[in-house]
Amino acid sequence: MKNLVLRACLATSLCAATAAQAVEPVRIGFITTLSTPAGYLGEDSRDGFQLAIDQEDGKLGGVPVQLIVEDDGLQPAKAKQIADRMSLDGISLYTGVIFSNVLAAVINTTTKDAFYVSNNTAPSTLAGEKCMANYFVGSYQNDTPHEMAGVAANELGYKKMVILAPNYQGGRDALAGFKRTYKGEVTEIYTKLNQLDFSVELARVRSLAPDAIFQFHPGGGGINFAKQYGGSGLSAQVPMVVPVFSMDERMLAAVGDVAKGTNVVTLWNPQSDNPANQAFIKAFTEKYKRVPTVYAAQTYDTARLIGAALKASQGNLKDQPAFRAAMKNVKFDSIRGDFSFAQNRHPVIDWYLLQVQTGADGKLIEVPIKTLATRHVDSYAAQCSI
Amino acid sequence: MLLLEQILNGLQYSALLFLLASGLTLIFGIMGVINLAHGAFYMVGAFCAAYTAMATGSFWLGGLAALIGSACYGVLIETSIMRRLYQRDHLDQVLATLAVVFFSNELLTLIFGRSPPAMPTPEWYSSFVEVLPGLMYPVSRLLFIAAGLLVAIGMWLLINHTRLGMLIRAGADDHEMVGALGVNIARLYTLVFVFGCVLCGLAGFMAAPLLSVEIGMGEKILITTFVVIVVGGVGSVRGALVGALLIGMVDSLGRAYIPPLLDQLLPSDTSSTLSAGLISASAYIVMALVLLVRPRGLLPARA
Amino acid sequence: MSPRLIIDLACLATFACMPLLAHWLHEPYLVSFFTRLAIYGMAAVSLDLLIGYGAMVSFGHAAFFSLGGYIVGIVAFHTSQGMPLWGWQGSNSALVVWPLALLVCALLSLLVGYLSLRTSGVQFIMITLAFGQMLYFVLGSLSLYGGDDGILLNGRNTLGTLDLGDPNHFYYLCVALLAGWLLLCRRLVNSRFGYVLRGLKQSERRSVSLGFKPLRYRLTAFVIAGTGGGLAGILWANYALFVSPDMGAWHKSGELMAMVILGGVGTLIGPLLGAATYLGLEQVLSQWTEHWMLIFGPLLLLVVLFGKKGVYGLLLSVLQRKPKVVAVKPNVAVEARP
Repeated sequence: MKNLVLRACLATSLCAATAAQAVEPVRIGFITTLSTPAGYLGEDSRDGFQLAIDQEDGKLGGVPVQLIVEDDGLQPAKAKQIADRMSLDGISLYTGVIFSNVLAAVINTTTKDAFYVSNNTAPSTLAGEKCMANYFVGSYQNDTPHEMAGVAANELGYKKMVILAPNYQGGRDALAGFKRTYKGEVTEIYTKLNQLDFSVELARVRSLAPDAIFQFHPGGGGINFAKQYGGSGLSAQVPMVVPVFSMDERMLAAVGDVAKGTNVVTLWNPQSDNPANQAFIKAFTEKYKRVPTVYAAQTYDTARLIGAALKASQGNLKDQPAFRAAMKNVKFDSIRGDFSFAQNRHPVIDWYLLQVQTGADGKLIEVPIKTLATRHVDSYAAQCSI
Repeated sequence: MLLLEQILNGLQYSALLFLLASGLTLIFGIMGVINLAHGAFYMVGAFCAAYTAMATGSFWLGGLAALIGSACYGVLIETSIMRRLYQRDHLDQVLATLAVVFFSNELLTLIFGRSPPAMPTPEWYSSFVEVLPGLMYPVSRLLFIAAGLLVAIGMWLLINHTRLGMLIRAGADDHEMVGALGVNIARLYTLVFVFGCVLCGLAGFMAAPLLSVEIGMGEKILITTFVVIVVGGVGSVRGALVGALLIGMVDSLGRAYIPPLLDQLLPSDTSSTLSAGLISASAYIVMALVLLVRPRGLLPARA
Repeated sequence: MSPRLIIDLACLATFACMPLLAHWLHEPYLVSFFTRLAIYGMAAVSLDLLIGYGAMVSFGHAAFFSLGGYIVGIVAFHTSQGMPLWGWQGSNSALVVWPLALLVCALLSLLVGYLSLRTSGVQFIMITLAFGQMLYFVLGSLSLYGGDDGILLNGRNTLGTLDLGDPNHFYYLCVALLAGWLLLCRRLVNSRFGYVLRGLKQSERRSVSLGFKPLRYRLTAFVIAGTGGGLAGILWANYALFVSPDMGAWHKSGELMAMVILGGVGTLIGPLLGAATYLGLEQVLSQWTEHWMLIFGPLLLLVVLFGKKGVYGLLLSVLQRKPKVVAVKPNVAVEARP
């Protein structure tokens, strides 16, 4: 009798277990930067991704998902440990990394029998010959914003420019990208990573008397730079041409009026009347009581991209070729308009030039000036042969 | 002309360093405490200034808030934690104050959030003054230099010409004796500590419009502040002044002139990485050189 | 059984049985965690030699950790890319690369130690910090080796017939090296050399008047400690398959100091317990809340302020209260302030 009951219990629990297996959510490892002064980048990204999930009641593309968020503290070693742990735990879909040096540390772990979909950084080392089958990019290729800035500078007619960036890989890539497309005369100035005070460099800029400057200082460094640029009086005489990461929406709020006249090169035009875009901005502002930055926008798009792929593959990440194909041929309502992948799995999207001006209500807004490129394919796509 | 402007820039950075280093060197010299949390009061001051100025619209109220905020936080930390560290060795102090730093960062994140706030400033603050014919320099930075100068003079007067200063000097020499003479040494220490925090708050207020007010802003400048006091000589405010000037000028003039110099001597690839490395390490190189020649700093407190 | 022996055996048993435990609990991550613990423990123990026995508070110890790791990384880079390093093709054998890395660390610690020991007290702390930061900036400016992005290694070094790629094999190697290092350090501090060093810590004046030259002993201790840190770095490079300049930044040095203090200064096995506490708390708390530092900070503070001799001291006092255990005076360096 006891035996029978035991066997019945075992059978029921097995059934329950299998049933539970059937609706087990797809776990997504979200490794991002939530601490350090750059923490708001990770915070915005996480909120953007979470919004997409909340809009579908805990699902993406109809497939239940569970977002597991961890803070890498902008330390590659820490991120690698987190990735190793998640990988041992069986997670096979990752996203969230903001900085390229952190991505370099986790990319091998997160693409081994698993997929990484980038919502922000996409370094050139992974875009060309060394492209990887399980690595997709939902945001942009790292060099492109800077190349587009060079194009913008040409079109705005600046003949002589000074370009500045901190001396780390991302900064060096930025200046290299700019010089690739810019046709005028250029002087490079490297700043220190985490530098606080730019008065020395700004004095040099003044003595060089350029037509405009290009600078890449994301996060707190960019706020410092822009504030001091205004404070030195240069902002009135020498306009800036910057990628959106040197002047994102929160940085704009922190910098204030001296940002007027800055030319911003971006992949996301908040004013675009694309219905998905307007719906996103409205939902984000309602839920989080603040304006979304480009990081939130990119990550929201990446979430929906993943959702569409999950839908097409029925959430079965174990069938890698099927998921890969679902990603490559994905079709979804991007808030940026048309979206498709190039052969190196990086986005083919439009790029815009905006300018910071004072709106009718006295507040600062970014006014679209022109579209710099449509369906732009990045410079490394042709080198990828997978 | 460029040289003069760069010298002024160097002076301004020196002023920031002096405001932070003078308090730190007093705390170390008199209480014998290595206070890694010094940067946290700078951050608290900056945040209080920014948020108060945003809320009230007044620049000077923001300044007052910075001083009060850092003083209050200083009292809190001193009475609860620092007090127990005076008798401990340096190792315990380093660790305990590190813990305070981590905690302060998280606390402020919880209270103020992660978005860096903007600091509203009055019109005259953003204007220029003709310092020399042909050289326009921003008022904001001149104010900084002026603040540093005022504090330097004030501290000299305080330490050498007031009773409190006499107590401070005596306490640095032999605190047991001072206690035995009937002076409330605990209260003196609290006063010195809070004074150091107020100086940090002032630095935070002055820096808020120029630099980004962000979580963790204290750590960025803390190590350089320590370098300054070690170069100058621990416990000596004069040493802090000399150290601040030396480090500030070396850093600023280095940033201004090393890259173009190296660009002319070496191929551009190596020159940019080499100059970046040199500039980042310049303060440390100076400190190592000074310590090797004068192990107790340039102007140590006691002969 | 003395309390010390109990703690030693308990640690040994835990480390020895961990892979079995991990297998039984279906938590393969435990082996990875304990490997990391062994590596950090080794770095912390070597720092304790300086702090606990030599009275040299080095704020730049992480520099040797990062240098050891970087030598392994650089050799691996040149070997895998086929770029000869000054004519040498490179090698993947641990028996070639590891001694080379240790040699470089020993040489650097000789130089840094010689220069730093001209100062003392807070100036010593700061100058070691300065050298640590200088190395950090140098490593970060090497754009050939990835600069700030660091170097990714393709695989672990080979050691004879051992497959270091297997997590369990590598784990046991780390544990064996850690045990060996601990034994070596114990022999050292209880030898004549060790006693002179501790004498210098208690009272330099007395030791000098007895005819001992402080620099010789302190410098030797510094070099040994630096080599130990380097060994930990070598193992880290093999474990994480990734080295970056921030391995040598002052934050890392601060972490190591925290582990030494948490565990118990001047006890050698204490820092190992301290590393376990630090890493364990970090792990558990950060999975629980985003703002884990709000709890970790005060916790650290409480241990520093109120914990006598850290975790090791706590364990000792707990064990000594047991009636059947004879109260043996623990053989730890008593900190006498001159």
